[in-house]
Amino acid sequence: MDLVQAVEKEQMRNAYPEVEIGDYVKVHLKIKEGNRERIQIFEGTVIARRGGGLSETITIRRLSYGVGVERILPVHSPRINKIEIVRKGKVRRAKLYYLRDRVGKAAKVKERLVSTKK
Amino acid sequence: MSKFMLGKKAGMTQLFDENGIAIPATVIDCGPVVVIQNKKPETDGYKAVKVAYGAMAARKVNKPDQGQFAKAGVEPRKVVREFKSEDDFELGQEILVSDMFQIGDRVDVSGVSKGKGFASTIKRYGQKGGMKTHGSMYHRRLGSMGSTSTPGRVFKGKKMPGHMGAERVTIQNLDVVMVDGERNILVVRGAVPGPKGGVVEVRTTVKSR
Repeated sequence: MDLVQAVEKEQMRNAYPEVEIGDYVKVHLKIKEGNRERIQIFEGTVIARRGGGLSETITIRRLSYGVGVERILPVHSPRINKIEIVRKGKVRRAKLYYLRDRVGKAAKVKERLVSTKK
Repeated sequence: MSKFMLGKKAGMTQLFDENGIAIPATVIDCGPVVVIQNKKPETDGYKAVKVAYGAMAARKVNKPDQGQFAKAGVEPRKVVREFKSEDDFELGQEILVSDMFQIGDRVDVSGVSKGKGFASTIKRYGQKGGMKTHGSMYHRRLGSMGSTSTPGRVFKGKKMPGHMGAERVTIQNLDVVMVDGERNILVVRGAVPGPKGGVVEVRTTVKSR
């Protein structure tokens, strides 16, 4: 497996914050329109992480005009400009699929306060 | 010029192309190979080159092979294969992947596929199988054997259960995505036959011209 990892390493993104399940994040996506490139921000709660190495993906869920929207994004994709953590979440499981069945306040993830002091 | 290489499948992953799109990729631990014989039309009736690859304990080499390796003046290798080639090589010459392939080349890859054992027609030929419910009791069995008294026999070549896999398979026309002569890495787009660690032959494709 060593060689596979060596190949993956070249494309891995190193500068990327440790996103955890339940975090509310803003993902800056590079969108190509013709030959122009602009940044679009998709924000929401991280409800799942799967895969390892270069193939790792995160699932981000948000409510948009009352409709649930989920995007599955490869973490190491060069189309992602940056991932910003807005607030950390307090959760007790690895997959937050239960949020799909909830509406309103019940669909919120409690905030986990983290000390910023180092 | 037809190019060739020997290697071991290291595993699969996905890589991002220049547009940021993920593509499936197989990493092959490729070469180096050494040339042990040039076949010539005058002596052998056709033109080819015989190459060897992979380390092998000297005590495990049998006498006939020992002779072959000694003639070329190289250490014994595990895998010996012959490829068609118009070029003449020096005996004992080491060839790296980077000498052979470049990014953008199209290749055919041959290997021995994973063995599936004794498999029936659903797995082996992709047939449909019977109903799972409604009391059918005919779940994964093979279907009809044919007509009755005319012809009164089962036709030859009827698809029936038997051994599946562990045979030579060639996948044609794969893109070369990455070549690294230093670390002996060849990455192709798509899948390659066989298990991880299985020996594969990489050749210039017979397809696109």
